[in-house]
Parts: sequence; C-alpha cells; structure tokens
Amino acid sequence: MAMTPHTTGSAALPIGAVPTRWGRLTSRESLTGLAFVAPFIIGFVVFSALPMIASLVLSFTDFDPRRADETRFIGLDNYARMLRDPVLLQSLWVTVRFALLVVPLTLGFALAVALLVNNTLLFGRSVFRTLFYMPMQIPIVASTIVWIGVLNAQNGWLNYGLGAVGIDGPNWLQSATWVGPSLALMGLWGIGNMMLIFLAGLQSVPTELYDAARVDGAGVWGRFRHVTLPMISPVLFYNLIIALIATFQYFTQAYVVSNGRGDPDRATLFFNLNLFREAFTFFNMGYASALAWLLFVIVLGLTIVLFRTAGSWVFEGSER
Amino acid sequence: MSAVTARRERLRGGSVLQGHMRGFTARAGITLLAITTVSIFLMPLVFMVATAFKDQSQLTAPGAPLYPAQPETFEYEGEQYPVFDVPDVDGTIRAWALIEAHREDSVFVDPANPDAGPITWVGRWRTLEQHWAFSLNTGNFANAWDTVNFPRLFFNTFAIAGLSTLFAVVSAICVAYGFSRFRFPGRNGLFVVMLATIILPFQVTLVPSYAVYLAFGWIGTWWPLIIPHAFANAYNVFLLRQYFLTIPRELDEAAMIDGAGPLRILRSIIVPQAIPAIVAVSLFHFFFAWNEYFLPLVYLQSEPDLQPLSVGLARFNALYSQEPTLIQAAAIMAMALPVVVFFLAQRAFMRGVVFGGVEK
Repeated sequence: MAMTPHTTGSAALPIGAVPTRWGRLTSRESLTGLAFVAPFIIGFVVFSALPMIASLVLSFTDFDPRRADETRFIGLDNYARMLRDPVLLQSLWVTVRFALLVVPLTLGFALAVALLVNNTLLFGRSVFRTLFYMPMQIPIVASTIVWIGVLNAQNGWLNYGLGAVGIDGPNWLQSATWVGPSLALMGLWGIGNMMLIFLAGLQSVPTELYDAARVDGAGVWGRFRHVTLPMISPVLFYNLIIALIATFQYFTQAYVVSNGRGDPDRATLFFNLNLFREAFTFFNMGYASALAWLLFVIVLGLTIVLFRTAGSWVFEGSER
Repeated sequence: MSAVTARRERLRGGSVLQGHMRGFTARAGITLLAITTVSIFLMPLVFMVATAFKDQSQLTAPGAPLYPAQPETFEYEGEQYPVFDVPDVDGTIRAWALIEAHREDSVFVDPANPDAGPITWVGRWRTLEQHWAFSLNTGNFANAWDTVNFPRLFFNTFAIAGLSTLFAVVSAICVAYGFSRFRFPGRNGLFVVMLATIILPFQVTLVPSYAVYLAFGWIGTWWPLIIPHAFANAYNVFLLRQYFLTIPRELDEAAMIDGAGPLRILRSIIVPQAIPAIVAVSLFHFFFAWNEYFLPLVYLQSEPDLQPLSVGLARFNALYSQEPTLIQAAAIMAMALPVVVFFLAQRAFMRGVVFGGVEK
C-alpha cells in the first residue's frame, strides 16, 4: 500500500508557529480534514469497533434476543462447545474442502481467460472481456437459479450434454458427493473481477522481458513460467487472498441451493450458513458470536500466513 | 503477447506473405478458441432463456427438443389432428397428421399437401414420436410477474439500493476528500484502520448490531440496510481517494486564492474532475445493494412485503421448485436491469474494477 505524503495546505499554519502535537491537531487544516473524515470515524466506532467488542463479550454469554433479560455469563462454555460440536466440525470440513477445490480452480480459470483475452492475436478482445465479465453482474440468487436449472438431473442441459457423449450424469445438487463440485462449477461464473485484475497485471509486464526471454530461446511455456508468472505474482497473491476470504464467507449459493438447510446430508452446510442458522434459526446468539470470532481468527490467520510466505514467491519489483 | 513481439514473430517467419498467412491462421485459431470457450461459458443463459419460453409440459415430454416448442397439430376438414414424425417407405422422416388411428396401420394426411388426400401407413402409430414446432410461450413471464409480485419487489429494491447508494457515495466523497487533501495527526494510521475493515468479516459485528436494531425496533424495517452506508465504506473511499490524488493540486490552490473554502473546492473542483470515478463507485454500490442477500434476509425475514428482489426471488424459488419454467422466467426479469445497465456502462465498470483492485 503506497501512502503518498504531501505537503499541501501547510500554508494554513502561520510561519514560525510551534508545531506541538495539540497545536497540530487543532490547526485549521487538521480540523477541516477531521471533519471530512468524521463519517468514517463515527461509522467505524458505531458499526465496527463497539459491535466487535460487544460481540466478544456476547461470545461468553448464552445471549438469546427472545429472553435478553435472562442472559448469563457462561465463561468459555461456547468455545468449549465448539470442540465437541459435530455440526461445526462438519461445516469447517465442508468449507475447507470447498476452498481446496474452488480457489485453485477459479484462479486457474481466471488466469487462463485473462491470457486469452489479452492475446493480441484475438479479434474483438474487448467484446470477449465484456462477455466473460458479464455473469458477475447477474444477481447471485438469479445466477444460482439458472445453475440449479442447468444441473437438474432430469431436464438440465449438463446431463443432457453428458448423455450425448455416453456419460450418465449424477443427480448433481441432490448428491452429497457432487454438490461441492457443482457449486465450484457455479463459482467459475464469478471470475470477472479476478480476470480483470489479472488482465491489468498482464498489461503491466514490460514487453522487453519477453523479447529478452525469446533471445534466450524460451518457448511459449518458458516465457509464461519465467516471465509472466513471476511478474504477475503480486496480483496472483491479491486474488488468492480475496478468494480465500470469500470462500470462508460463502453463503448465498449454498442457502439458495439447499433452501437454507445445508442439504443434502449437510454437504452444503458451509461455515457461514451454520453461523446463520445458529444465530437466526435457533437464536443461539452467544454461540453464534463465538463462531463469528472463530471465523475472524481463521481469516486473519490465513491472511497473516499468506503474507509471511509471500516473500518467497511474490516478486517485488524495485518500484513497488 | 504485445503488438511489437507479434510483429517480430511474423517477420521472422520467412517471406512476408508466408508470415501474413501464419499470422492469420493463428488469429483465426485463437478467436475460434475464444468463441468456443465463451459459448460454453454462457450456455446457462441460453438454457435459462429457452426454459423460460417453454411450456411446463415440454420439460418432461420424451423426445422434446431443447428449444421452446409445442407438439404440432394440423386442421383437416374442420378437426385438429396431432402431427407425428413418420418414416416414409423410402426411409425419409415426414411430418404427417394422424387422422385415423388403428393398431397396425393408420391413416395420415400430409399437411404440406392435404389435397393429395389420406395416406395409409403400415406400422404401429404408438411407436411414432410427436412432431414439435418452434413456439414461444410468453405466459411464464406474466405468470411469474404476478406470483412473485415483481412490482413490489422492484420498488423495494430500487428504494433500498437507491438510498443506500446516495448515502454511500456522498459520505465516501467527503471521507476521500479528507484523506486526500488534508494533513492531520494520525491520518495514515486511520487510513490503514479503514483498509483493515475490508478483511473484518461482517459476521463479527452481526449479532450485536442485530441486538441494537432489535432494541430500536428496526428489525423488519429498511433502516439497518440503509443507515450504516451513510458512514463511508472502505472500498468506495479507497477508489475515490486514489482518483482524487491524481487531480492536480494547483486547481485547489488557485480556487483557494480566489477565496473558496474546502466545501466549495470539493463541490466545484474535485467532484466535477472525478466524475468517472464517482460514476464507477455509484454503479458498483448500487448493484452491490441490488444483489445483496445476506443482510436483507436477516433483517427482513418476517416482512415479505418489504423484501428486495434477491430475497423474494429465493423465496419464490423454494416455493415453486417444481416449475422450472416459471422460475427461469423470474430469474430473467430479476437480472434484466443489471445486465442491460452493465452493457451500457461497461467502460465505467471495467475501469472501476481495475482501478480499485490492483492498487490494493
């Protein structure tokens, strides 16, 4: 993150004024700046900081909004309960297994499409970019409904297509084995942003590097492996983090596919769906707060681990 | 591959003509690959449109085509008769109307040439397949429109998305202006805190917020979906701030010398210069709010009349899962506006994504 320090407005300070900390804070420029930033500060305190603290406190209680008066502190019971909650463990497993499938799949597909629509040999590149981005603009509920239709075992087109080549397709969304891959397939429709970010990364690779690699005798694969991949590793890293966070927040598709129940056989009971059910179906809001904190710790932990390992594989140019 | 390297590639391949031919083959090959990929990629949309125009009975009928169609009938001497695909003596399939059905042989008439009179065909007519003719059933749309109460859902969605976009954009402009044009102690720290809120899962603040809204009596109203947006969100502020930083500071200073205050500078210098970024942010936010599902579900679960399109559509999907034709028609209506606006404003979208995404 590049912060650009600048010096404008220093004229507002009278020359020779003693820049004490309080003096700087109450200077005209500071006050004006703070006034403009105030909506964020107030919003952060009211809608992020205080609720975060409250959520941590609630995670040590058995808070149920229907009998808020009877709320008791139960210490670490909610956290202890997590360890022997088979539904939670199942939801974690569902989410992790899905992440292992969908993150590499979407990253790979988005990169492949970005390489395709970045190729100067392609006619009508901007048309293809627009078409590959378009499904992003479809409301998620609507696109999920479209896919439910396509994946329907009796009259969906996927099994029709598979049948045409002699494969007897499974009952995708009703099978605990196949519902995960089905959702991953749906996920390919959401590559739009990733693709554009890869595209921006690809376009910032200096062409001299390709020429130099060519002189050294590198083929198409060699140039991709030794020039493109290292040069776009920062955007690959960015996309990876965003994709991982999104997977741990995965909700709408799973909810619509299973009518909010996590069917079949809890195979779509993603972490976030389980949290929603604990909070708003069973009103175990103390436990749900504890689950939310677990989610936060997981997401934060993943981000930190990725940033730690980034040094070994993310290429940092001298300018960045 | 860049244009320069592509040209060099071509120049190296022997004669100019040869190079030209090879270039053309490569271009045609790549373009063909892209057309194939995008066709498969967008096939679900074709499925949706085809299904939405079908009659419900076509979905389960054996031998029905993939496109919307109806079993054809033919009027002969004042009566309607079903049309079948009949193998003629020479093996060609003909669409003939069955006018007299018997077990082992039947009487047909050729709709293309009814004056030729009845044709007797030997064989079991029950083994024949019905002849389907292309036919659009537009009734699904009207039916879904009324069943889902689309006018209500559209109004709700517009109201929620419109108000929240208005608040979000105005607040983001102010905050981005504060971060990009003024120095104050703690500014950089505050900016980092703001960016950190991006990775804060909203679930962490969900339960306490719900409890507070419950105490305010806001559950089952639009307020929880609108008010928080009046306090600037990190994505919007970030994108606008990056853009504001590119606006030359000399413009502000000239206005300042003319006696303009900060609000005046924001209104008459910054905002007009930043229109592309503001349009991008507005579009993003509007469609984010348009598509939002989780929070409307949480806060409006018990109020079907106040729900936006996303929640109403999912509810409809659960109720009518046995009628895919209705559901696909409803899905088309729900996605029509975002998709049309996307095609009209695609430049702003694409620029916004790249601009906001890469720098982060």
